[in-house]
Amino acid sequence: MTGEPISYNTGYLDEQTKRMLRRALLKAVAIPGFQVPFASREVPMPRGWGTGGVQVTAALIGEDDVLKVIDQGADDTTNAVSIRKFFVAVAGVATTTRTDEASIIQTRHRVPETPLSEDQIMVYQVPGPEPLRFLERRETETRRMHALEDYGLMYVKLYEDIATHGHIATTYDYPVMVNGRYLMSPSPIPSFDNPKLHRSPALHLFGAGREKRIYAVPPYTDVESLGFEDYPFEPQRFEDPCAICGSVGVYMDEIITDDAGSSMLVCSDTDHCERTAAAKTEQVPA
Amino acid sequence: MYVAVKGGEKAIANAHALLAKEGRGDSHLPPIDPSWAVGQLAVLVARVMNEGSLYDPELAARAILQAQGDALEAITLVRSFRTTLPRFGYTVPVDTAALPPQRRISATFKDLPGGQQLGATFDYTHRLFTERDTDGPQASPNGADGADAPAMPRVSDLLGHDALVQPARPEHFTDPEPPDLTREPIVFPMERAGRLQALARGDEGFLLSLAYSTQRGYGSTHPFAGEIRVGEVELEFEPPELGFAVPLGRVEVTECQMINQFKGNAATPAQFTRGYGLAFGRAERKAMAMSTVDRALRADEFGERRVAPAQDEEFVISHSDNVEATGFVEHLKLPHYVDFQAELGLVRQLRAEYQQRQELEGREEIDEEVLV
Amino acid sequence: MNTDDRVLMQARGVGHNYGDRFGCCDVSFELWPGEVLAVVGESGSGKTTLLGALSQRLALSEGTIRYRLADGEEVELSQLSESRVRNLWRSEWGFVHQNPEDGLRMHVSAGGNIGEPLMATGWRHYGTIRATASEWLERVEIPVSRIDDAPVTFSGGMRQRLQIARNLVVSPRLVFMDEPTSGLDVSVQARLLDLIRYLVAELGLAVVIVTHDLGVARLISHRTIVMKEGRVIESGLTDRVLDDPQAEYTQLLVSSILGG
Repeated sequence: MTGEPISYNTGYLDEQTKRMLRRALLKAVAIPGFQVPFASREVPMPRGWGTGGVQVTAALIGEDDVLKVIDQGADDTTNAVSIRKFFVAVAGVATTTRTDEASIIQTRHRVPETPLSEDQIMVYQVPGPEPLRFLERRETETRRMHALEDYGLMYVKLYEDIATHGHIATTYDYPVMVNGRYLMSPSPIPSFDNPKLHRSPALHLFGAGREKRIYAVPPYTDVESLGFEDYPFEPQRFEDPCAICGSVGVYMDEIITDDAGSSMLVCSDTDHCERTAAAKTEQVPA
Repeated sequence: MYVAVKGGEKAIANAHALLAKEGRGDSHLPPIDPSWAVGQLAVLVARVMNEGSLYDPELAARAILQAQGDALEAITLVRSFRTTLPRFGYTVPVDTAALPPQRRISATFKDLPGGQQLGATFDYTHRLFTERDTDGPQASPNGADGADAPAMPRVSDLLGHDALVQPARPEHFTDPEPPDLTREPIVFPMERAGRLQALARGDEGFLLSLAYSTQRGYGSTHPFAGEIRVGEVELEFEPPELGFAVPLGRVEVTECQMINQFKGNAATPAQFTRGYGLAFGRAERKAMAMSTVDRALRADEFGERRVAPAQDEEFVISHSDNVEATGFVEHLKLPHYVDFQAELGLVRQLRAEYQQRQELEGREEIDEEVLV
Repeated sequence: MNTDDRVLMQARGVGHNYGDRFGCCDVSFELWPGEVLAVVGESGSGKTTLLGALSQRLALSEGTIRYRLADGEEVELSQLSESRVRNLWRSEWGFVHQNPEDGLRMHVSAGGNIGEPLMATGWRHYGTIRATASEWLERVEIPVSRIDDAPVTFSGGMRQRLQIARNLVVSPRLVFMDEPTSGLDVSVQARLLDLIRYLVAELGLAVVIVTHDLGVARLISHRTIVMKEGRVIESGLTDRVLDDPQAEYTQLLVSSILGG
């Protein structure tokens, strides 16, 4: 058996598996924010390294698609490179680093700065799909809490943060209420990115391979970050512009530049940064 | 002027090349052929088959070599391959008593029909480094053809005659088709069939520690090794088109039946209870640990309080899959700087506010002193 | 018509079995709004089982329990869906456990514990939640300065008072209490009972309280049911049952209390 060369189906997954995934995705889209259990397959990356996102993308991707893969907002981080190469190898698909040219964007931990359109699908890699997990570790109990819309515990956590720190102390994977019904984890995107999900024209799909859950935010759905009336959700702000392209109002990476710990801020979204910097260069009079 | 970091693609390519070089080792020595590993690393091969959930010794050996000896990496390779294979269905339930075993021992009786047969075991070796023997015994210890092998009925069947031990199947058992964990997501609470599947492919070390814990007071199942068998079993499959079973071949398995403290109450007479373990190849430690943990997880059936980690189904099953475990633990190596940045921002803000409060209080104290 | 004049809960032939044994059997009574009903008995009498069956924590093996919801609708409790029962717990019912650790989040602050039922029913103003929690701390005589401390740092009496506050903050109509004062010092018990009696009267709560202590029944209940081996031995107005017990067992119980 092992003497023969091993060949894989287009998109790596067999067609039955793709069908199973699409059924799960349809259920997810029908119930925004609800975690649909699915029979997560093993794929050639380790669990925790994007297997959920990879399965969702593999179920959707076709020859007409253009794929962008980012990790921490950058196309060139090692895991993004690895996943992009995987899809080139198994699906022969075209790839891009430009957000505005992609039909499918698989991401880990960021939403691109460039606004999305109705033709685009975001696929998020999710490590922990259950927003209540660190408050209630039993799956049997959290399942019941979602079914009965019993979310008091989440607000208790926010209350305790304010009582202790004077602020809500969650900065990423900030819990949201989707379509006014389900409490959802938007994946470990910084809370800065949460507002981008609210009534977005794109389709947002979330895949947790290890925990075996799929969920979705359909286009133009209400996504509300939790807070209190007098302590509302506040996304973080960066005061300084990007040291390379001068953008403000975008999420920044802090780069340490010398032994003394001096640092500078640059755009986390490398595509946005490159294009903004290029546009500036064109504008500079010769 | 700072230039954005690039070169991830090149870095990966270089890393793969370096990995291949490390894995080859000293190029003056011959590369290991997978067939050598099948024969001479059989126990490791068995582990990779068990936790990879695929019986293919040559493939498992190949995986071990490609993974440069990293068992979990090899298991991941096998799992990734397994997922691409078509699934035809289930075999007919395997009869582990049908073929004469290579090894069969029981701790519960001094002697029993068929006798105690040590087989190939490390059990009574002295753990001293020795020169490797090149040849084993010339004749196989018991006829591999089974011509004059003595009958070796299972201990559990012997005890079962007088209903001293719980029957293998509960009273109203309808024997439904077992679930396939690789095709359906796990939902708690689980049925025993699903749990046994999860345990069969669960990490040997994890199950070993859990089993150990039950012997040290974390839960108390007081097990006896009723029987441990190592030998081949015949696999048969019944295709719907034929309507009768056809043999597919033989696989080597290790089976362990743990017999545990008796239970009984006013309504039912006392009986010994069971734990079951089954693994590919020579995998005694795994089969024993699996059977101990199986019994611990059956707490509800016997009205036992779940007080120990080994009895906590969600805890045990959720953390038994080492491919998931190593994936998630090792994913911490991936960049997390965006979320770290967010935390940095908050910590800085909180510290600044703390400073402000301290200064404010300091000034208030001074004001009070002045007033006084 | 003032719907509050109608009976709140009507139990008929209520029983719960543990396997072949019955925990309680053939219990019938009526409970009116604002009324405190004590269920007394020694251990093994079935009183805790009865409380479990009434509060839907245990399945009903026999009998019926009719309950009148806040909106006036009458329902058969054993036939309610899990989601409707959960709703009852959130808005109309309270349960004070014998062991306060069972009824509190021990590592969440006192304010968080009292605030949780409010947040679960949709309160979204931190300041108001905190102010309400402070009010309740005062009412149950816990120093307001402890609002950010977790009950793991509280004494037993304080924990129990916090549990009461957590239960009453949503203005329930019916509160179940399972030996709320046992395990506490005598003086602490007395203070707690005074508090319960005061709050019950002020809020017009209906209460079903299980106790082995006739003194507790005397102090706070209007009516009493006496149980033995799973059955009701005697029931009636508390003062009558304790001053003029008819059944032999009740007479035994009463006479065994010093100064009962």
